[in-house]
Amino acid sequence: MLKTMSNEKHHIVPFRIYVWVLLALLLLTSSSIAITHIELREYTVAGALLFAVIKTFLVMYYFMHLKFDKPYIRLMVGAVFALFLIVIIITFLDYLYR
Amino acid sequence: MHAQHDHYDPEASKIGMWLFIFTELLLFGGLFIIYSVYRYLNHEAFHLAAAELDTFIGAVNTVVLLVSSMTIAMATTAVQQKNYRLTLLLLGITVFLALVFLGNKYFEWGKKFEHGIYPGSDYLKENFSQGEILFFGLYFVMTGLHALHIIIGMIFVIWVMVKLARKKIHSERYVLLENSGLYWHLVDLIWIFLFPLFYLIT
Repeated sequence: MLKTMSNEKHHIVPFRIYVWVLLALLLLTSSSIAITHIELREYTVAGALLFAVIKTFLVMYYFMHLKFDKPYIRLMVGAVFALFLIVIIITFLDYLYR
Repeated sequence: MHAQHDHYDPEASKIGMWLFIFTELLLFGGLFIIYSVYRYLNHEAFHLAAAELDTFIGAVNTVVLLVSSMTIAMATTAVQQKNYRLTLLLLGITVFLALVFLGNKYFEWGKKFEHGIYPGSDYLKENFSQGEILFFGLYFVMTGLHALHIIIGMIFVIWVMVKLARKKIHSERYVLLENSGLYWHLVDLIWIFLFPLFYLIT
């Protein structure tokens, strides 16, 4: 019923979706704490960051409504992250090979 | 009073908020790059210094922010359903959780200050290596700037609550509430990275 009533502008997200997203975020947080107690050496940082990236995706996609907004906003967000990634890569190319 | 034509364009408002959020992302992004480079150059020192931080308080604050993100996201649903009392309650919980976060930060920083760990302290200069001092410098600047965003976000949400109570925000006009939510989620996003980078180095 909600679906038929709402267009893109008035998409009403049911509460239970937010509860599920929160549960997933809490699970990922405890996983990232747990992973630091395992001896993984260099992969510990990578693991914790991987969990952070998944959490970021969940927050942006559901809490920040990217899933329900028009596609061009997703595109803009993607472009900013791509720019950031390029700057990281260039910076580390410099530090790793000097 | 409202007969006057006023420009209400929720889509444009939202784009404006997103553009602002992009600048914030790049501001903190720059700080994250500085952190990464110094951590790469001072590997051992960062591990030693990070042992001084309390993972438990960091984890509690992570949970606090995640829950507050959910409550403010739910507030948009509540206002769309014309349930204004629930909207106010959800926003109130968000502000309360922001205060809890700041309270934790206050005690956390207070304990550090007591032990003589703060930027430029003599204790730090005499007992810690250059790399460790760098770690604490970044820790105070980045979590401090983040805490400032928490305070601004809190004021933003309180402002939205006042407008809601005065019926300036309702089921047909709620983009300001959505934008305060976007800002609050940004604050949450930054913490999602601050937590593993500062507290979870073992």
